[in-house]
Amino acid sequence: MSDSIDQKQNFLKGIVKENPVFVMLLGMCPTLGVTSSAFNGLGMGIATLFVLLMSNIVVSLIKSQIPSKVRIPAFIIIIASFVTIVEMVLEAYIPFLYEQLGIFIPLIVVNCLILGRAEAFASKNNLLSSTIDALGMGVGFVIALTILGATREILGSGSLFEIKFVPENANTFILFILPPGAFIALAYLAVIFNKISIKIT
Amino acid sequence: MEYIIILIAAVFVNNIVLSQFLGICPFFGVSSKVSTSVGMSGAVLFVMTIATMVTYLLHQYVLVPAGLDYLRTITFIMVIAALVQMVEIILKKVSPPLYQALGVFLPLITTNCAVLGVAILALGLENVSLLKAVFFAIANSIGFSLALIIFASIREHLELADIPEGMKGVPINLLIAGLLSLAFLGFTGLV
Repeated sequence: MSDSIDQKQNFLKGIVKENPVFVMLLGMCPTLGVTSSAFNGLGMGIATLFVLLMSNIVVSLIKSQIPSKVRIPAFIIIIASFVTIVEMVLEAYIPFLYEQLGIFIPLIVVNCLILGRAEAFASKNNLLSSTIDALGMGVGFVIALTILGATREILGSGSLFEIKFVPENANTFILFILPPGAFIALAYLAVIFNKISIKIT
Repeated sequence: MEYIIILIAAVFVNNIVLSQFLGICPFFGVSSKVSTSVGMSGAVLFVMTIATMVTYLLHQYVLVPAGLDYLRTITFIMVIAALVQMVEIILKKVSPPLYQALGVFLPLITTNCAVLGVAILALGLENVSLLKAVFFAIANSIGFSLALIIFASIREHLELADIPEGMKGVPINLLIAGLLSLAFLGFTGLV
């Protein structure tokens, strides 16, 4: 592909048509594992966005230097380096979020979304396209995780971004902040998302 | 006694797939047939056990003494990737029938977050020893197999069911996983 590829389309595809969570089902472990509240979903989304953006940039810059036989291990090292940076920064500056996300921070390494974009897009396209692709996919991921987190938080604890809007002892659907709620909420969100995106396009 | 508790906790109470959300990709990816899910379970058992053993030793005797704890993520993922390749090559030579059965699943395991997840979680066990870490890995892979095989059997029956148009494919699978996870929630408080 050359520079002529439509950058606006390139950015938007990650948000609607090829949304990593609702359409492509990539990176499901963090999607289901950390979205018990909107804040956690947003935090995880931004951490992933950062790693995705940086690894796409680096891969696209050095793609011609990497022998194609060892490209997957090379991509994994690049990704793992940025994950380590995120891990250290979060631990130092946002310890609360670091504790909430727990094991899922090192597991960003094996998020198939990131390796998938490195392999399918960044290793074949120039710097600008890869950066915009990463931004689109990353923003799509952030939006999806925040929506899922918000849905579960509203139904499960009657609050949004920790702001409660039901009385103290109100009965909420506790199920939605427990593990089964993650699967069920995502199932219905995927149905709604598909309906809407069919209508738009 | 302690080991029995680890086993029950890993298989039922904190099932690695249904309550900890590790290894979701193969859980959805290779669960359309029971036979493939059995193959995948075998491969995971194999790799997870060896990977946890190697990463535990590496962490305990190299990374910690050298003060390189922060390199944990990079080292572990490289070890797992290398290990998967090695297991593949060795199996091909030593046991062709086993390679035939597990071969196609092995490359997929590198990006199976359950393997990396268990290797990291094992370090956080109470009074962790090599034996305990390895046992923890075996218990978790049994939990993974149990969830995967139950899920695959349900999906095989689903082919005959009449599913509403909008729910076909991904949403119905997610819903089934949700119900399965709800069933496993019943084990809470067992240990």
